[in-house]
Amino acid sequence: MTDMITESTGRWILDRPNSYIGRSVPRPNAPRLAEGQGTFVDDIELKRMVHAAFVRSPHAHARIKGIDTAAAKEMPGVVAVVTPQEMAEICTPWVGVLTHLEGLKSAPQYPLPLDTARWQGEAIVAVVANSRAEAEDAAALVDIDWEVLPVATDAEKALDADTPVIHESLGDNLAWKRNADFGDVDAAYADADHVIEDTFVFGRHTGVCLETRGLVADYESAEEQLTVWHNNQCPHMIQNILATHYGLEEHRVRVITRDVGGSFGIKVHTYADEVTTVGLSIMLKRPVKFIADRLESFTSDIHARDHRIKGKIAVKTDGTITAFEIDDLTGVGPYSMYPRTSAIEANQVVNMIGGPYQFENYRAEANVVYQNKAMMCQYRAVGHPIKCAVTEGLVDLAARAVGMDPAAFRQHNFHADDSYPKKSAQGMPFENLSHEECMSTMLEAMDYEALKAERDTLREQGVYRGIGFASFIEVTNPSAMFYGVGGARISAQDGATLRLDAKGNVFVSTGATEQGQGMEAVISQVAATAVGVKPERLKIITGDTEHTPYGGGTWGSRAAGIGGEAVAQAGRQLRIQILTAAAAMLQEDAGTLDIRDGVVVDADSGNERIGLDEIGRICYYRPDTLPDGFQAELVATKHYVPRKFPFAFTNGAQASYLEVDVDTGFIKLLNHWCVEDCGTVINPLLVDEQIRGGVVQGLGGALWEECLYDDQGQMLNANMADYLVPMAAELPDIVCGHAVSPTADSDLGAKGAGEAGTCGAPAAVMNALNDALSPFDARLTGMPFTPKKVLTALGRI
Amino acid sequence: MDRHVDISLTVNGEKITGHVEARTNLVDFLRYEVGLTGSHVGCEHGVCGACTIRVDGRIVRGCLMAAVQADGADVWTIEGVTETGEIRALQDAFVERNALQCGFCTPGMLLTLAELMERKPDAGRDEIREYISGNFCRCTGYQAIVDAVEIARKKGASA
Repeated sequence: MTDMITESTGRWILDRPNSYIGRSVPRPNAPRLAEGQGTFVDDIELKRMVHAAFVRSPHAHARIKGIDTAAAKEMPGVVAVVTPQEMAEICTPWVGVLTHLEGLKSAPQYPLPLDTARWQGEAIVAVVANSRAEAEDAAALVDIDWEVLPVATDAEKALDADTPVIHESLGDNLAWKRNADFGDVDAAYADADHVIEDTFVFGRHTGVCLETRGLVADYESAEEQLTVWHNNQCPHMIQNILATHYGLEEHRVRVITRDVGGSFGIKVHTYADEVTTVGLSIMLKRPVKFIADRLESFTSDIHARDHRIKGKIAVKTDGTITAFEIDDLTGVGPYSMYPRTSAIEANQVVNMIGGPYQFENYRAEANVVYQNKAMMCQYRAVGHPIKCAVTEGLVDLAARAVGMDPAAFRQHNFHADDSYPKKSAQGMPFENLSHEECMSTMLEAMDYEALKAERDTLREQGVYRGIGFASFIEVTNPSAMFYGVGGARISAQDGATLRLDAKGNVFVSTGATEQGQGMEAVISQVAATAVGVKPERLKIITGDTEHTPYGGGTWGSRAAGIGGEAVAQAGRQLRIQILTAAAAMLQEDAGTLDIRDGVVVDADSGNERIGLDEIGRICYYRPDTLPDGFQAELVATKHYVPRKFPFAFTNGAQASYLEVDVDTGFIKLLNHWCVEDCGTVINPLLVDEQIRGGVVQGLGGALWEECLYDDQGQMLNANMADYLVPMAAELPDIVCGHAVSPTADSDLGAKGAGEAGTCGAPAAVMNALNDALSPFDARLTGMPFTPKKVLTALGRI
Repeated sequence: MDRHVDISLTVNGEKITGHVEARTNLVDFLRYEVGLTGSHVGCEHGVCGACTIRVDGRIVRGCLMAAVQADGADVWTIEGVTETGEIRALQDAFVERNALQCGFCTPGMLLTLAELMERKPDAGRDEIREYISGNFCRCTGYQAIVDAVEIARKKGASA
């Protein structure tokens, strides 16, 4: 019956009457959160629930010679004290490798380490008690006999002969090495007028989600049913992992993610303490809650960045870039994180250096090494702030070498907006980017010429201001080429099911998940538009492996572009099915009908024919009145995965304007601009706020955030007072703008927007800082740019 | 030795009694004993502001105050000020301007801003930023929050 209705593919959803696409529709879940009625994991209380706390290693590297739990077991309220050996009896270890990252090696990681602690903060023994406080009291009495071992903390020395090898079975501390060579870099150097090099350092930092990691695991033995309330971004991935390592049937593992208090990539991984908490519930056959405290978060959440990159750029006197080269070194802690691995960030850097620019010659080496610090893995804008700052830092040096304005130099070297589709020097496929448009829009928004004049006037008065640019590319909408091809059971596709109820409302369940980015609003806009109902007629269901189609959750800026497209397709299918039922009732050709604001209308005239509530009533309660042989189907499911391109590359430009106090070294951010291109903008307000929030996280890494360690692998600032993050008073307002180059991979055309801000902000700040300091013999390339580093560069201290 | 202490206090206008361990902090008492989970716990060392509540008319960190110290106090949480409607304009502005993303900081942020709007009704953008400099938001970058205060004030003035 559905073939009665023909509908052009292409951008049909943008042409729907009463479209909600492109409108700043409020988020359906926001009022609940604004009234304190969210349900975060720690808000969940179950009968007979007990609480886990962990004894964590005080040493960065130490052998466990013995564990005495006797005193802890005698403490009030204690239910169980569980050692690594006991946990290993029910849970198999995992290894964080992917086959497409050839040569990546890692060691088996147990939920609790069997014989050796390899970073300070690693969970060793689990204590379960009637309250968290009692569990902590008892944990303090677990006596571990340690043999402290020499540490490997400095990534630069990780491969030296006299550095301890962290996993004997691996032979050395090299996790992965990648070499890339395109074109002829040496010939380009010989032919260039300038070959400029510099070294860039990116401090370790971490996500600092305001809600810490946590879960409630509830194992019911009669049905062998495990239910886990978890603040993870990827419920289906976690379902698979828990089933695999505990030997459970996957359909007996239910993972539920309710409200999540920020994630940013931190909550997308397999954490040993969380896996252990599940095991405790299986052992005890009762609900167990674990909520990381802030110290545990700082020392056991994944960290990110921590790269040292030596970069080179070759340029001709006319300002044409001819080559880039990098040598990247990154320390990733003692294991590769499961299942996404800790090599992706370096891989992203290698793949994307020089992204906005036309050049042919490229060489790269990346070394990913193990060390006795907290584990590193993917955090918002994986690798992007690094490749962007290295590229843009070198570009500024090249512009200066040839005497060109930095904006004009970029414009001279961009891939032209009309040159797509094409491939980057590294072979990355670009469908359609808009560097030229983004930069020109931004220069106009900045009033660049006036800003330069202001900067120069003030400089004569001893006020040192700088302007810095960063153009960038960004990976979004990742296909199965990202993880699936390497063997990880992480869904690249996403599904959506739409169901009409008897009152004309629509239930929308999606595999994408919400962490505050506004995904529920985007899903509701797409569903409302595709079906033809008002958003208030929708109920959005997410984050439950038992009630949503299989999907990847939220990561890699995929929820709108992939999850949204699945909803668009399912919404269109449901509309067709509803119209087929309406046609049977009205004795009309379904192709002449449409749905607008919840009413079936004549498509041409807009005349109202029958409401969806009436269709629901008849189909569910009076199907006897329908024509013989007609069965209404009012549920539709569709799935979507990008197939034409491995990723939807997006692009954009940022600029920073700041002032440096050369006496104190303090940097004051005065203004920040970001013009980016995420294809179809579904909700302008939400996109802008993703950009702003992302910019601010990037600013954090540039100016304040760093996980400081001493040479023994002790984290020195594992609290919120000493680990500085961007706070309201230090930040400028951020100006946002957009270009729109939709992807042809989907009907919706949306690309991701969640990571663009974080990608470009550090580079823009670095370049602005060095512009401000250009009257002095001072240059900074090691983030974060603290006052001490500024004063040191100025020779003041 | 019994480490518990009897307390009685008023929470959101309702008389409450408790039998609490002396070491229990006020926000844990409110969350786990009274069942008011709208106040959140982000750091437990007085930095992040997620547990901000109102005690005897001033905002405090619920993690830095022991429950026993609140004996006899008048305590208001996000649930209470939502019920009375006193911050309705601010809540509406937060939704309209998307001044919240994950929503974890939001209850504490709103109680801080309610105090700002009462004490400094004419605060400029920099003053608003300064007032919330003890409230950590990892999602928004704060600009939308500052905007929301201005929107709520404008609506209040025209109401």
